[in-house]
Amino acid sequence: MSHDEYQIHRAKILTPSFWVLLTLAVIGFALIAVRFIWGIGAVSNMSDGYPWGIWITYDVATGTAIACGGYAVAILIYIRNKMHYHPLIRSAVLTSLFGYGLAGFSVMVDVGRPWNAYNFFVPSQWQANSAMFEVALCVMAYTTVLAIEFLPAVLTRLQETNWSRARGFLEKYHGRFGLDTPVVLEKLEKLRQRAVWLQPKLDKVLIFVIVLGITLPTMHQSSLGSLLLIASTKLYPLWHTGFLPLLFLINCMFIGYSIAILESIISSFGFKRPFEIDQLSGLASITPYLTSIWLCVVVGDLVWRGQVTNALRLDFYSAFFLLEFGLVASGSLLLFSKKRRQSPRWLFITAVLIVLGGALYRFNVYLIGFNPGQGWRYFPSLAEILITVGIVAFEILGYQVLVKLFPVLPRLHGHEVVEKA
Amino acid sequence: MSQKSRREFLKLAGLAGAGLMAAPAVALAGHPVAGANDEELGMLYDATKCVGCKACMSACKRVNGDYGALSYEQAKFDPDKLWDAPQDLSGSTRTLIKLVKDSPKEWSYVKYSCMHCQKPSCVSVCPVSAMTKDKITGIVDYNKNTCIGCRYCQVACAFNIPKFQWEKAIPQIVKCDLCKNTNLKQKGISACAEVCPTGAIMFGKRKDLLAEAKKRLAEHPKQYVNHIYGEHELGGTNHLYLAALQFKKLGLPELKGEAPAEFSEKIQHTIYKGFIAPVALYSTLCFIAVRNMKKGNGHTDDHKPEEGENNESR
Repeated sequence: MSHDEYQIHRAKILTPSFWVLLTLAVIGFALIAVRFIWGIGAVSNMSDGYPWGIWITYDVATGTAIACGGYAVAILIYIRNKMHYHPLIRSAVLTSLFGYGLAGFSVMVDVGRPWNAYNFFVPSQWQANSAMFEVALCVMAYTTVLAIEFLPAVLTRLQETNWSRARGFLEKYHGRFGLDTPVVLEKLEKLRQRAVWLQPKLDKVLIFVIVLGITLPTMHQSSLGSLLLIASTKLYPLWHTGFLPLLFLINCMFIGYSIAILESIISSFGFKRPFEIDQLSGLASITPYLTSIWLCVVVGDLVWRGQVTNALRLDFYSAFFLLEFGLVASGSLLLFSKKRRQSPRWLFITAVLIVLGGALYRFNVYLIGFNPGQGWRYFPSLAEILITVGIVAFEILGYQVLVKLFPVLPRLHGHEVVEKA
Repeated sequence: MSQKSRREFLKLAGLAGAGLMAAPAVALAGHPVAGANDEELGMLYDATKCVGCKACMSACKRVNGDYGALSYEQAKFDPDKLWDAPQDLSGSTRTLIKLVKDSPKEWSYVKYSCMHCQKPSCVSVCPVSAMTKDKITGIVDYNKNTCIGCRYCQVACAFNIPKFQWEKAIPQIVKCDLCKNTNLKQKGISACAEVCPTGAIMFGKRKDLLAEAKKRLAEHPKQYVNHIYGEHELGGTNHLYLAALQFKKLGLPELKGEAPAEFSEKIQHTIYKGFIAPVALYSTLCFIAVRNMKKGNGHTDDHKPEEGENNESR
């Protein structure tokens, strides 16, 4: 694929939203420091009954589903051969990279003994029975794959740069910090040449990496569902089913397409670019089919296990189940209309409904439907929430900055007069 | 999007789903649980013999305090730290005696500690083999040197036994290991059973414990609830209970005979058997993607994205 499909978004980096997000991120990271000094109990409300709180439920189980935009769009482009969606892939991959990278980071904050994580690479410690083992390896591998998938954007940028910023910096501080201008420039030039050398080689093998990037999420997204299979006495029967892996897999796909739509609309709006309506309505025509399959499996499974009365009881659990079900169903029903699929407003609303419903499903499985027995209660503490908020803020911040440094967003055709603030 | 491509898509989705669909169907079909290994070591706790002296609790902390990173827990009424007063099993306490009152006349003591399941969930879910089950003694042991602290064992355990040290910067999981590395090694018996003055805790092989429990039930049928808790629960546990009160009232949950790990492992194994499915998926996808690339290289590249989009029939 040619690299002219993408362009750097030329705009100021230090915007007001940059500072807001940076503040949130700094607060979050300060609290993470507190967690490492005084223990997890100092910042979180997790307990021996609820050993997994929102860090696992949101940052890992839900965050990686939201980061499935790259996965969903890659299936569409490379497997279903819809090459005209190709301009969307780079921004989708970038958000996936942030989503997965930070999910991995959250896990390191959440686990009690992160220094022992090297055991995942010691074959004698491998434990193939554990869904967690599978998830951990796949997530690590997939994050690496995403980084490689994003590499072309960095390489292109390196090749095209004339190091104007670096030159300005060097001129300003010439002689200080022990920097010798010609030597540094020579090194930068060498880096540029390496990028020129690497790019065609990477292009040749990239497709195999991309396909790996489709295989890995298929594996670990289903395993995220398998994680709760063992909790047969704790997870409410509405959600505890042998179909958890399948439900989680389909769930991440429709969340993925919906998130790709949301991302595109929000960045078009935020960066004052025209909406990519044609591609988006194409994506939106896929989601209702996926959600239909998902809803059918959910209902069929409830009928088979005789849980329909539990689902309609209108108690605490039933309410959350119906909410999750209703959000996904209403979002999909609205999308069956072709007219709505052409309207940015409806595309946005339906995508929000489906993402909320899909995410609530994951919350239901990991937290809301999880009952370890009498006497246990969990609601996240403020510090716990702020850590999650900080990590998400960092994610958005990174996206905002990187699209202004590297060619990520789709190139605008015939819209060259966009303001270049 | 064209009608044809939709069909193609559904076909693909179906293919991807087929493997996953098959898995639970196989697992739910059910299969016999392998018989319990009665040669393994365990304990029989007889609540009717227990007098609540808590000698077992203090012996456990004395013997395992250093090895298991246990500590004394202070009560609110005790500013001088005179007593160890744990409220529940915790990151400082491996075993606990509680008094359960059903009515003014009906009450019972109950001892909590690891059940040492025949098919332990915690061992099944631990991603780095920090939880292990000894092949001969059946002791479920924890190794803090490999543990990453993910707490999946806590999620998995139906008895809520593994506890985490929430207040420590360097935390670990705390649970009974039948004094495997301390008292059992030195004296051949767990510390709690060794010090029990009334014989409420019996230490030995599961077969002997079961025989003794059955004998007591037969000799004093009126004294007990006619059930040996742990004989069949979750595929059997090596820690067994006899009591006069309903076990549910003692905080021991009513459980099925199948170990949860049998169910989850069956599904996981069906999906990942011999790693065939992932490899097959990867190669199929590679084949499709490379073919698409070759097809696409001729024309798609030259077209601007918008034009490609307009060609789509809607």
